[in-house]
Amino acid sequence: MPPDSSANIQSDRNITLKAAVLEAMFEEMKCDENVVLIGEDVGAAGGVFKQTEGLFETFGADRVIDTPISESAIFGLSVGAAMAGSRPIVEVMFGDFLTLVMDQLVNQAAKVHYMSAGGFNVPLVLRTGIGIGGSLGPQHSQSLHSWLAHIPGLKVVMPSSAADAKGLFKAAVRDNNPVIFMEDRMTYNLKEHVPTGEKIIPLASAAVKRKGVEVTIFAISRAVHTALAAAEILLEEKNISTEVVDLRTLAPLDVETIVSSVRKTGRAIVLDGGYKSFGITGEIAATIGELVFDYLDAPVMRLAAPDIPVPYSPSLESLMVPSVDQVVAKVSTMFGDSV
Amino acid sequence: MTAKLNRPQSIKLYKDMVTIRAFEEEVRKMFSAGLAPGLVHLYSGQEAVGVGTCATLDKDDYIASHHRGHGHCIAKGSDITRLFAEIIGRRPGYSLGRGGSMHIHDPETGNLGTNGIVGGSVPLATGAALSAKLRGTGQVAISFFGDGVLNQGILFESLNMAALWSLPVVFVCENNGYGEFTEIDDVTAGRPYTKRGAAFDIPADKYDGMDVLVVYDAVSKAVERARKGKGPSFLIFDTYRYSGHSVGDKQEYKDEKERQLWEARDPIQKMAKLMVKMKLATKNDLKKMDEEINSTVVAAAKVAKKMPVPGADDLARHVYAP
Repeated sequence: MPPDSSANIQSDRNITLKAAVLEAMFEEMKCDENVVLIGEDVGAAGGVFKQTEGLFETFGADRVIDTPISESAIFGLSVGAAMAGSRPIVEVMFGDFLTLVMDQLVNQAAKVHYMSAGGFNVPLVLRTGIGIGGSLGPQHSQSLHSWLAHIPGLKVVMPSSAADAKGLFKAAVRDNNPVIFMEDRMTYNLKEHVPTGEKIIPLASAAVKRKGVEVTIFAISRAVHTALAAAEILLEEKNISTEVVDLRTLAPLDVETIVSSVRKTGRAIVLDGGYKSFGITGEIAATIGELVFDYLDAPVMRLAAPDIPVPYSPSLESLMVPSVDQVVAKVSTMFGDSV
Repeated sequence: MTAKLNRPQSIKLYKDMVTIRAFEEEVRKMFSAGLAPGLVHLYSGQEAVGVGTCATLDKDDYIASHHRGHGHCIAKGSDITRLFAEIIGRRPGYSLGRGGSMHIHDPETGNLGTNGIVGGSVPLATGAALSAKLRGTGQVAISFFGDGVLNQGILFESLNMAALWSLPVVFVCENNGYGEFTEIDDVTAGRPYTKRGAAFDIPADKYDGMDVLVVYDAVSKAVERARKGKGPSFLIFDTYRYSGHSVGDKQEYKDEKERQLWEARDPIQKMAKLMVKMKLATKNDLKKMDEEINSTVVAAAKVAKKMPVPGADDLARHVYAP
């Protein structure tokens, strides 16, 4: 790539999650000419959050394709293109707009490989921004990952940090299945050291982000940072040793890492930015109950967004996101503290 | 094409139509005998559209079909024994018997699949055309859809992008007059329906879908245009489904007179008369062909009926690609 096109990639290697995904896109588009980026404002405008900046200048209009606001067909065309041999990265600006994509995603993309008995693959990445924050209101703040993880044939990836995001994104582009890559917008500007070169993180691999022995917090995406902050307080104030497991992908789920952590700690709490009812917190709690009930010293607890549309006013919006204090309090009750 | 029609071309078109008719008759029998476990939607009456269209294509060109798609699969070159097998849920079928009539894909013939969602395959064909253009392969894609899709939003989104980017796709609407049990004219505003394509500056016209040569000519021009990079076309073929929405539909909503009028325009009879008139075949030649095709199709059905059902170990295969 020309040197100026990577100007937004910092050289000290402490880079943001947004820059890390952009770097992954540069690298994957460079090494495979069948990889194309398609979506609203992804080209000349460089993305509404500057998340695709420089790609258009480097790869041109044939590889970085600006589209009309037609989410359903943008994604549908990408499914057809993927069946024909392209490897599209499709951007859907807000995760809420996945509702417009559902037929093509659920009835077409997820089932083509199965229906064709392996004859066709659908190698594409649907990238979308999710999460609560910035007063975007009820129709721009949802985290609907539980819907998607429910559908066989789809993979769902939700990174929490820059290095993970880059490695997981590269794996997603190289995967031969439809992969939904969901980034919480509140993590876009979180920085960390991202190694140079080829570092692919396999999908379906959870990561232990903090080691502990008395309780495990399972979390994903932005909630991992809440879990880590809570773990620090729990150690300092309550002398509780907390393990934090970042699930990283929901589908397929790394069940092995989940159960081995619970075997060690004997207590589990699941934290999520999506809704509580019928969501992933229930799924993971049930999985733990089915597989390692005998290891549990306390019921599995859950903390997630309350089942309410996400309100606009900051005074209410903030109440939708499980807080560090809530996690500390909930974990404390698992050790007999009354709150 | 009529003026230039030669014997091999005419025979191929005729035989493909007769094969589809015979195939669908066997499917009807299989369904009535309880062999087809699910829903089947027959293509009888509409043969000219599928055959005339696919005759203009190369093997690696794409088609994306719909729920009434057996005819497209046959016209594009799929194996009829494997098609029967799929429809009756047997393992040698195109989806190991796991897809059925509405979910048949055949990569060998560029068939992106029959489809259970009305309008669902329109963006797939359009997207395959996008990929062909990006990769510079010269392939074209046909989007087959029924009149019901004229009222699905995804058609308009796809038409817009196809026109905007001059994609090598031909939109082939088979207007058989009915969406399920409802007359299309009762639920559709904006006449003529070709305006839906014209609104995007896509060349759009309406043709007799009961005449395979008319279909061939219209699609040929559209395919040539697409291959030259000049973009999509929007063609509506007026046709008729003889057999109801799905097998078992008694069609009480149809007028007997209407049915007779359409049957008098039968595409196979029409082609037969023309071939005799142009001395491309004798009545006896055609009769022989009919008999040969019938016995081939019946034999294929017989083979399919003896094929094994999928086993439990086939249940979870191909959920994810390696």
